[in-house]
Amino acid sequence: MPTAEEKFVDVACWSCAAPVVHAQLFCASCGKVQPAHSGADYFEVFGLSRKLAIDTTSLEREFYRLSRRLHPDVYTRASEQEQNWSLRNASLLNDAYRTLKEPIARTEYFLRLEGVEIQEEGKQASDRKNPSRVPDDLLEEVFELNMQLEEMRMTRKTGDDDPDLRQDLLTAKQQFEAQLAETDNFIQQLWQERDEALASNFDFGDQIKQRMVAALDRRRYIRNLVRDVNETLDT
Amino acid sequence: MAEERVIGIDLGTTNSLVAFMYNERPIVIPGEDGLNLVPSVVALDVQTDPTARPTVVVGNGAHKSLMLFPDRAVYSVKRLMGRGAEDVQDELKLFPFRLADNIQSGEVLRIRLGEMEFTPPEISAYILRQLKRNAERYFGGTVTKAVITVPAYFNDAQRQATKDAGRMAGLDVLRLVNEPTAAALAYGLDREKEGIIAVYDLGGGTFDISILKLQDGIFEVIATNGDTHLGGDDIDNLLIALAIDDIRGDLGVDVRSSAEAIQAIRKAVIEAKIELSSADSSRLEVELPEGHHYCREITRVQLEALIKPVLERTIGPVRQALRDSGLTSEQIGEVVLVGGSTRIPAVRHVVDNLFQLAARGKKPHTELNPDEVVALGAAVQANILAGGSKATEDMLLLDVTPLSLGIEALGGVVAKIIDRNSTIPASSTEHFTTGVDGQTNVAIHVLQGERELAKDCRSLARFDLKGIPPMSAGLPRIEVRFLIDANGILHVSAREQRSGKQAEVEVKPTYGLTDEQVETMILESFDYAEEDFHVRQVIEARNEADTILAAVEKAPQHPAWQQLSAEERTEIARLDRELLGIKQGDNLPAIRQATEALDKATRRFAELMMDQAVSSAIQGETMESASTKLGQGPTAPHEIAPAEFK
Repeated sequence: MPTAEEKFVDVACWSCAAPVVHAQLFCASCGKVQPAHSGADYFEVFGLSRKLAIDTTSLEREFYRLSRRLHPDVYTRASEQEQNWSLRNASLLNDAYRTLKEPIARTEYFLRLEGVEIQEEGKQASDRKNPSRVPDDLLEEVFELNMQLEEMRMTRKTGDDDPDLRQDLLTAKQQFEAQLAETDNFIQQLWQERDEALASNFDFGDQIKQRMVAALDRRRYIRNLVRDVNETLDT
Repeated sequence: MAEERVIGIDLGTTNSLVAFMYNERPIVIPGEDGLNLVPSVVALDVQTDPTARPTVVVGNGAHKSLMLFPDRAVYSVKRLMGRGAEDVQDELKLFPFRLADNIQSGEVLRIRLGEMEFTPPEISAYILRQLKRNAERYFGGTVTKAVITVPAYFNDAQRQATKDAGRMAGLDVLRLVNEPTAAALAYGLDREKEGIIAVYDLGGGTFDISILKLQDGIFEVIATNGDTHLGGDDIDNLLIALAIDDIRGDLGVDVRSSAEAIQAIRKAVIEAKIELSSADSSRLEVELPEGHHYCREITRVQLEALIKPVLERTIGPVRQALRDSGLTSEQIGEVVLVGGSTRIPAVRHVVDNLFQLAARGKKPHTELNPDEVVALGAAVQANILAGGSKATEDMLLLDVTPLSLGIEALGGVVAKIIDRNSTIPASSTEHFTTGVDGQTNVAIHVLQGERELAKDCRSLARFDLKGIPPMSAGLPRIEVRFLIDANGILHVSAREQRSGKQAEVEVKPTYGLTDEQVETMILESFDYAEEDFHVRQVIEARNEADTILAAVEKAPQHPAWQQLSAEERTEIARLDRELLGIKQGDNLPAIRQATEALDKATRRFAELMMDQAVSSAIQGETMESASTKLGQGPTAPHEIAPAEFK
């Protein structure tokens, strides 16, 4: 079986004709920026396999290293063509780093790469108008919270405050924040499961992905609740 | 030494500066008057000749006009950059901007200055051109490349307007750098700093807060926030309002409609404000028109109470930037103060409270002059872009976009496509389709801002995706790529994926100038025309002088010469020598004057020669030979009356 690198040796550097590995943004041999590969995914940009558990410290180090090679500042005096490639490649690098360094963005990106349909965080403008289904175990708490939020909004509309109710809402918020952290932990646990499954060629990837989607939905739902409390209390 | 000279420019609301890296250190290049700060004031010279095109004066020279002829001068024009008539209404109440009457919605503003009109980028271009000239005089050579700083919180339109201004001034703007980031670069040059710093930048008209991570020469901006309409100007306006109230109450005079009085008050309150940063009280004294005199004491305590609401407006953006960076104020290792307004003790107090500096045994950084630090940082970035030197070889700036980019979706809501605080360059690829069979156009509305509804965000541009191959509704798949470049400016490209056809993107920038418009406003071309005209006039005047000098040289050979008195001949000789000297120079009026003087002195000689020529004609010579003889004498530039035949 060819190694990942051999499989992708597909182009020659425009400048020195050395082979350029797929998704590589500059030539390893002469250092010149390469035409943008539209097909490169964010993991490939960093030379990573499609694993979810990432050491963000080394990701940052690599991001800085690549930035020094690709940033448009370095190409101010280069040809217009190289300037354009630098702009494209640097934006790809930045987009990749931004996505991979954040656990949730990384998980969502991974799922999309794997062809799983998900509701993307923040992208959907209708997000808050059309919240996803209430997770079953939260039904009661959510019902209670919405009652309290409505009451608080009415109180505040008249210019008043209700310290007891405020305290109740803050307590509820804390509980939801704890659940948010719990969900985050769970998502990271799913990363481990998936990365291990990949390593052992054990195929229950789809099942794990579905659990990830569910966890993300749950997270989004709780996050919106916390935001609602913050907005109502003006904190 | 870098290969080419790239200058760093701080184009400020109140003052502008130009700086350059010299021997590994950034230095500010002074103007002809020896001063580092060029006031961002542009004025039209008062013309004695109504037909001549007025001259534009910039800086300290224009300051005088501001006091004497307020309708011919403009300041704080940065507040109008990239903005439309509907978003400057508040500005117009506080600043003596006189807008042209017929500005359409979505159109670029035009400011009236005397009898002329200018767009804000043109006014800024005059300031930039002055800085460029200052640099050129300093170097003794041309400068064509520059880095210009902008407030970090400037939106796309404001950035584009600044870039346009640079082009009009004949500058290739290699990069727009955010002001707080530039300040961080200037400070970062000094020390091997690692860690998290915050830059609090309160200038004349804008406020920025940026949080950066410094590591191994990388300056990574983590979060930025601000208010592009908050600064020292606002403090001045509060003081002016106070004085106007006083004057009405005490003297019974309403000075609101007197631009001269307002400018006099403005000057006085700025002086008092500055004094109150070091003194506990100051005297506000203004001579008003019609012999009125206004005078009052103002204490620092009073000033602080008055400006508290202005200073508190900086707290929200700081908190938001901290939230966005995921850091608490205690995690901020160092705070850098930038902008003249940070000299105010009350501002330092706000900063101290925000970051608990004193409580942590820390002090904000003020070692570099807060008026100059941004320009110095611009020079550092200019040096990096010019190829770098030893001092900057490891430095790299990774900045962010201050505002989220979005597209208007169904129902007027905004779908975010690039979040604020994304490292730039940043991009996003979105897919669009058609809603009607055979539809060939799709309109896209791009916005910038954090609000959920399109009407509350800043409209950047409306794009028409044209030339989509006619297909059933929903079948075309148009891929649109939005790219924010390293200047924070948006670029858009589109492609219909099924046909692979490049869809045409027609950009209609809101409140922006088209490329063609910018082209017509380039000052340099106008400048050259101006210069060319002057050079041509000097050449013509020299030619005139040469003609008369040549004639005088031959004059003694002519019999008429003998008819002149000794005094007349001495006078002609004296004026001849004088003109010979003056015509070597470029002084057009002097050349003309000396030519005229010599011409006048030789007029009697010309007449005598003329008489002789005419009499020879009568003696049988032909007119032809007579005129040949005339040609040998000092004819031109004399106006010769038609010969009278007796």
